[in-house]
Formats: sequence, structure tokens, C-alpha cells
Amino acid sequence: MEWIAAITAGIMAALGVWMMLDRHLMRVVLGIAVLGNAINLGVLTTGRFAGERAAFVFGNEVVTDAANPLPQALVLTAIVIGFALFVFALAVLKRTHELHGDKDTDKVSASTEQPAPDHNEDHHEPEGRA
Amino acid sequence: MMNILLVLPVVIPLTTLLLGLLVKRHHAWVSFISLAGSLALLAAGVWLVMLAAQGVVLSGQMANWAAPYGISLVIDRLSAVMVAITGVIGLATLVYAHRQPMPADFLRDVHLFVQGLLAGICGAFITADVFNLYVWFEVLLIGSFALIALGGGERRLAGAMTYLVLNMLATLMFLLAAGLVYGSTGTLNMGELALIFRADQATSGAWLGVMLMLMSFAVKAALFPLFGWLPASYHVAWTPVSALFAGLLTKVGVYALIRMVTLLWPEPGMVHTVLLWVACATMIIGVLGAAAQTEVRRILSFHIVSQVGYMVLGLALATPLALAGAVFYLIHHIVVKANLFFVGGVAARLTGSERLAAMGGLYASKPLLAVLFAIPALSLAGIPPLSGFWAKFVLVKASLDAGVWIATFFALLTGIFTLLSMSKIWNESFLKAHPQPEQLGVAGDGPRGAWLTMIVLAAITVLIGFGAGPVMEYAVASAEQLVEAPAYLQLIERGGE
Repeated sequence: MEWIAAITAGIMAALGVWMMLDRHLMRVVLGIAVLGNAINLGVLTTGRFAGERAAFVFGNEVVTDAANPLPQALVLTAIVIGFALFVFALAVLKRTHELHGDKDTDKVSASTEQPAPDHNEDHHEPEGRA
Repeated sequence: MMNILLVLPVVIPLTTLLLGLLVKRHHAWVSFISLAGSLALLAAGVWLVMLAAQGVVLSGQMANWAAPYGISLVIDRLSAVMVAITGVIGLATLVYAHRQPMPADFLRDVHLFVQGLLAGICGAFITADVFNLYVWFEVLLIGSFALIALGGGERRLAGAMTYLVLNMLATLMFLLAAGLVYGSTGTLNMGELALIFRADQATSGAWLGVMLMLMSFAVKAALFPLFGWLPASYHVAWTPVSALFAGLLTKVGVYALIRMVTLLWPEPGMVHTVLLWVACATMIIGVLGAAAQTEVRRILSFHIVSQVGYMVLGLALATPLALAGAVFYLIHHIVVKANLFFVGGVAARLTGSERLAAMGGLYASKPLLAVLFAIPALSLAGIPPLSGFWAKFVLVKASLDAGVWIATFFALLTGIFTLLSMSKIWNESFLKAHPQPEQLGVAGDGPRGAWLTMIVLAAITVLIGFGAGPVMEYAVASAEQLVEAPAYLQLIERGGE
């Protein structure tokens, strides 16, 4: 079971990295999501899959063969946080797409290299706010 | 009582955030609550420092779950002073941002996100659990993503995208590292990890995990060669926001590096050698990058990189004096760097641009601003008697004592280059006549809060410079505590209680 999970995580991570190397910003963001899920699976796997029973204990009962609950808790937290970040990334991506037209990463990052505009951005109505 | 004090650094910003959200329709109330909350955080930080200076180390388990499984929080000297500085910079940012000529809902959003960011930063400073550290990193990331993208615009969103992608990647790396460490050691508690590594019982899997973790901290701290995201994004944010980031965000990475390395390897070793070379490269590459820039905030952004190199140099030398130097540097740098960004913002406002070529004439028209720039700039370059001199002096002395000539050479060389690029800003934007004199001062002086912020931060810099003795004593004691790590180890030994 660990082998299958480990290989799956490896393939997903490779896919994620490959997507992140793409020129299109959309692919980069989706690549992060794939890589994030690969890593979640990896974290789950490092806790090992031994144990068949849920790790609930009633009274003085001792559970033998219990599953390891800690990695599951960790991954649950990571999924929730990762989802929030992914949604935010999508929102920024959408706005970037509207402003820049094409989503070529090189062109987008080149715009940060442009000289600061003469009017001071700090003291004007920021654009794009409804 | 102890427990309440222990969680105050996180509870105060979170409460402020919630209260702010409750009254979010009334912009004036939001800024009032947020300013009051930051003041409370600062007060809590000062209180913690006073306790820590008496040798008190606060530690505890959340919800009374025993140590290796429950989340431990520890506030020792370093954590306490970091919380206090976070309070200073948080308050300074919000006072600076107060009454800036921006739409009211924009200012409200800044207040709310800054509180979220402060909660994440403080959480990262007080936690003693690797996974919990990951969670706080994510909390502060969400706050910083929102802040950097706030206001929109082509440049800003492009910068935000770069920042977002690379920081998410670093955080994912950290999550994987936490998983690997848990898988191979069975623990996420920093104290227990320290015991395992100090007893030399770490398996290769644990080493792999920890190395990956250090690498993700290196991205956060913008160490060579992983600093590319920083100069690509910091200069596009709104000025108070980039000052806040410049002051605090990379230092969370530096703090995490200092914490992990001193905990796991109290004696110098292989890791320290690697860090030494990384630190030297970071210093020199950062300062050379700054030399090539022609805009105020871009120059300052590259300087963050080179200055982080100094702190890591202190960590890499690993002698008690060098560690104390790193702590002193951390304290001094946060104040100075944030202040430089603040001054840069006002200078850009008065001259109408932040391109050096389009600036000028500030020395004649605003002598006060010239003084306010000179203090942190000279301090950054390490001119006595300002705070940066003592920080650099201690590090140079420590590297000489350790016989690492190459580090001494790079530290001094970087200092000279820093002075050069600071004088470049000085010549271009203060001394030289303004290319279009009629543009000078059109925008007016701006809110008084901004000037108050700059004056207070400059005063703190001067105070640290003249009162270097007590600060250095505190730093030396912090360095000892970092290596001995009594609270971290005790929590494990007594099983958490």
C-alpha cells in the first residue's frame, strides 16, 4: 500500500512540477494545486498505512491495530489551508488575465521590471476597484 | 495566568481582526480598533521582553495535551523580543497608513489584513511545533498575499503572482519536510527533534526532512540563490505594505532558521559550513544587485537580501558572540529597514516619482526628511554610533575570532557597497536639483502620522545605537538560551504535564 501511494505521489509531483514549468500562468497555478495534492498524499503516506481500526478509545479499552490519526489530522489541515490559497491564487490569476490579456509568464513578470510610473501609485485611486 | 500571557501575541491580533470584521461597515471604527489592537500587541510584547529579561521562559501545552503530541508554545528571550518588534512595526505601519489619501475601503482592508498577518508572524515566533509553524506560515502568507495584491494594477498583480507562486512552493516544501520528519522520527515537536539530533540518533530520512525544511526557510528568508521572488515583488506593493514586508516577513524565515539550527546542532558542523558560504554569497550578490538598480524601493529590496546574509553569517559562525550578533542584527535591521521604506515612500510622494532620475531637491526643500533618511541609511551601512555599527562590529569581531577571514572580508566589502548605494540614493534624490522643480512638493507633506512614524523609528535606531550595552547583553543572553534551549527540552523531559 505504501508503495502504491508513494509512486502515485511521485507521479503527481512530477506532473505538478512539469505543469509549473509551463509558460502559461494558468498551468502554473494548476501545477501548484497538483503538486500540493501530491505532497498531501506524501504526508499521509509517511504516517504509514498500518492499522485497520479507527483510533477511538472508549474507557479503558486498548485499541490494537489502530490507524495513525496524526497524519490524517495534518493532511486535513493542509488541505483546508491549501484550498484557501488555491482559491486566492485563482482570483489573482483571473485579474492578471484581465489586465495582461495573455497569460505568458515571461510577459507578466516583465511588467514588474518596468520603471515606476511618474504619477505616484500610492496617492491615487487604485485602478480596478469597483 | 502564564498560559494567557503565552497566547497573547496570537490572541490580540486575532481578536482585533474579529472585532474589525464585526464593525467593517464603519471605517473609522475599524481603524480605531486596529490601532488599539496593535498598541495592545506592542504592550504585550514589551511585557514579555521585561519578563524574559528577568530570565523567565514561558512555556506550555495547548489544551493540556502532553508534549510530543500536543502543540507546545515557548516564549524565550528571542521570541519575546521578536514579538515586541512585530508590535512596533505593526503599529508603525498602521499609523503611517492612517489618513493616507486612499479610498476608505482600501484602508480598511489594509487594517484587517495587517492584523491577520501580525497574528501569523507572532504565531510563528512562539510555536515549538513544526507543523504548527507550517500553519502559522500559511496564516501569514494568506495575509501577505492579500496585502501585496491589494489595489490591483498591472505591475502590482504581476508582482503578486510571482510572490504567490514562489512562496506557495516554499510552503509546500515545508509541508513535505514536516511529513518526512514525522515519518522518520515520529515527532513534530522541536524539543524532541532537538533531543534526537543532539543524541546523534537521526536517521537519513530525518536528515532529508530537516534539510528540506531548512531549504524552505531559506526561500522565506531570501537567501542566495533562492531570493529571486523578493526583488521581483516587494517594490510593487503599496508603500506601507512593502515597508511592513521588508521589516518583518523575511525575518520570520531567518528566525525559523536560527531556531532550528541552534536547536538541532548546538555545535558547529557541516550545516554551519554550508550556511557560511550561503551567507557570504547572499551578502555580496544582494548588494551587487542593489548597485544595478535605479529606483529607491528596488535598491532597498536588494539590500534586504544582503542584510539577511549578515544574520545568517552570525548563525553560521555559531560562536556565542556571533549568535548574539545575529540576534542584535535581527532587532536592529527590522526597525531600520522598515523605516527606510517609509522614508522612501514620503520622498517619492514629495518628488512625484521613485525613479532616482526623476527625483531630487529634497535636501534643500525638506531638511527634516534628509535627516530622517540619513539616520537609518547610515545605520544600515554600519556607521558609528548608530545601531548598525554595533551589529556589524560584533559579527566582524566574531568572524575574526573564529578565524574565518573570508567572512570578515565579505562582511566589510558588503558594508562599503551598502554605503555606496545609500549615497547614490542620497545624491540623486536629496542633493541633486529636481529635474522638474515645479513638480517638487505638489502632493504636499502628507499625513502627520507618517512623519511621526519615521521620527519614532529613527529615534529607536539612535537609542539602540547609544544604548547598545543593554541590548547586547540581552542578545548575548538570548544566544545562550538558544543553544541551551531549556524550555524546549524540558517540555519533553517532563512529558508535557
